[in-house]
Amino acid sequence: MAEFEPVLLANIHKTDSHTLPVYQAAGGYAALKKVLAGMSPVDVVELVKASGLRGRGGAGFPCGLKWSFLPKDHPGPIYMCVNADESEPATFNNRILMELDPHHVIEGIIIGCFATRASTAYVYVRYEYPTAFQRLQQAIDECYASGFLGKNIQGSPFSLDIFMHRGAAAYICGEETGLIESLEGKRAWPRIKPPFPAIEGAFRKPTVVNNIETMANVPHIVNRGADWFKSMGIPSTGPKDPGSYGPKLYCISGHVNKPGCYEMPLGITCRELIDRYGGGVWKGRKGKAAIPGGLSMGLFTEKEFDTPLDFAVPGKVGCLGLGTAAVTVMDETYSMIDYLHNACRFFAHESCGQCTPCREGTSWSERILTRIKHGKGRLKDLDILLSIAGAIGIIPGTTICGLADGAAWPIKNAINKFRGEFEDHIKRTNPTGYAQEEPAEALQLVELVH
Amino acid sequence: MPAPPTTATPVLTPAMRAEIEAFIPRYPTKQAVTLPALHVVNEHLRCVPMEAIPEIASILELAPAQVYDTLSFYGFFKPSPCGKVRAWVCRSISCALRGGEEVLSALSDKLGVKAGQTTADGKVTLEFGECLGLCDFSPAMLAGTKVYKNMSVEQVDEVAALLKEQADQHG
Ligand SMILES: Cc1cc2nc3c(=O)[nH]c(=O)nc-3n(C[C@H](O)[C@H](O)[C@H](O)COP(=O)(O)O)c2cc1C
Ligand code: SF4
Ligand code: FES
Repeated sequence: MAEFEPVLLANIHKTDSHTLPVYQAAGGYAALKKVLAGMSPVDVVELVKASGLRGRGGAGFPCGLKWSFLPKDHPGPIYMCVNADESEPATFNNRILMELDPHHVIEGIIIGCFATRASTAYVYVRYEYPTAFQRLQQAIDECYASGFLGKNIQGSPFSLDIFMHRGAAAYICGEETGLIESLEGKRAWPRIKPPFPAIEGAFRKPTVVNNIETMANVPHIVNRGADWFKSMGIPSTGPKDPGSYGPKLYCISGHVNKPGCYEMPLGITCRELIDRYGGGVWKGRKGKAAIPGGLSMGLFTEKEFDTPLDFAVPGKVGCLGLGTAAVTVMDETYSMIDYLHNACRFFAHESCGQCTPCREGTSWSERILTRIKHGKGRLKDLDILLSIAGAIGIIPGTTICGLADGAAWPIKNAINKFRGEFEDHIKRTNPTGYAQEEPAEALQLVELVH
Repeated sequence: MPAPPTTATPVLTPAMRAEIEAFIPRYPTKQAVTLPALHVVNEHLRCVPMEAIPEIASILELAPAQVYDTLSFYGFFKPSPCGKVRAWVCRSISCALRGGEEVLSALSDKLGVKAGQTTADGKVTLEFGECLGLCDFSPAMLAGTKVYKNMSVEQVDEVAALLKEQADQHG
């Protein structure tokens, strides 16, 4: 791994890295030209499939395979929705790509649309990314002016339009079918699947939804080949594991000396990320816990910091998965009650409200945590929280989308891995009421806090 | 002579209408222009007043209830004007770990408003944000299109002054 050469962040430190001339001087749009000169859409899909590229947006679905689900010989239109809603707490890699290397992202989108025969791409950018929005729009304008977008790109039969679409501050618009509903001008209520977007997506047409970082990998796979991509990362461990190949943008934040976004092959450990790249835990303190890949994924204890951050292993220590590979570190002084309160409040705020188990489960979790935090907790609350966490989500089969699983995992991991701390806090802050069965003051306190 | 229209003067100016209509060719349905239209109105008026809803609906050939349904889902669009600058202080985990919630409450004290409210001079609307994707600069705040990085409670006087300055420039 010593010879690892970053590709995703190779341009970001250059002056005017966001402009077309700088991107082209670094070899930009060579991959697109190569595709247009001698590859068919099927060739590109097969190449991406062979590379083992898995989606970087959180679910890790194999990208080429997803593209191959689009109906063959569809009369069109086929749409591409590029997911730039990046709102998973602790995650900011898409922002860096869009702000500092927008053409890199656009080249990936154009090749992705060629492969999937999409004639229009919508880039759904969260409202809170005004600079990313403006830089991408500027890059798109440059592309139209230089024949990389519009009719007959570079003289080929391939035509494509890319439009920017701005969100309105709602996390659920990152869920792929919530995104589609929002794009269509409706409330962002995720759809029941199937049908999957590949069959019936935006405007009821076949649609691919991909993350910004996923798309940024595509030009490099075209330029350097599937074997190059597969030379990095953690190979498949069996028929059920598609492997974790290629470079990855790891975010690190929280209680570290050097928060930032770093590119490494998939599979470095959480500890390596913290110590080598994040500059270690701040203030000379010890680590206590870390979020492995965005808030939804749950929690590593310090002992679990040696877990490789690939698609397979975080799940083996009880976390939901790799998610967005965004690590947030908590030092030894930080309270797990505060962590869980913060997490529960986030999901209660962001639940779209469509499924009762998620709407009620997230909101009651927040209320219970508020109560615990303010010294009115009962030991019984911990089991109530675990029962809520066990009852909401796609995994238990009670909700439409994965937001509820993301709400459940922080609860499960925090209470199962730090139960002693929760019990101590409850007993210490509520010495007269911790054993109580009825939450007499619960509702009153909730009113007070809101 | 037909009866004069009973409605008051339209909320949407011809310029706003033109901006909204320019989005229509980008999408296969007019309904897809709902969010862009709400953003256009919001940018001009710093809110989306109730009276704008039937006007947007008529441009997009929708029932007003459809526009309202969408609008109401996104807590982002307010019925009456926000301050000249809208400032979101992040309260999510990476910022909270570095004092984000303390910054929010100190700024709230300094400006004399709670999160969600606008200062009496109409200059600043203070809000909490959920992860702004600026966790490498936490605690972070987004004000208009400007990012405030690595904030601390000690800086809130300065930050409050900068926000007011920003508001005056926009005014
Ligand atoms: C609640 C929720 C929020 C999500 N937010 C995002 C997001 O902000 N960005 C993203 O790319 N994917 C997000 N996803 C995952 C998408 O649904 C989808 O899997 C992804 O965009 C597909 O692209 P990829 O295969 O390239 O990763 C989210 C999923 C859920 C359940
Ligand atoms: S699980 Fe939650 S966020 Fe997802 S659709 Fe249901 S209510 Fe909405
Ligand atoms: S947690 Fe505050 S910007 Fe991400």
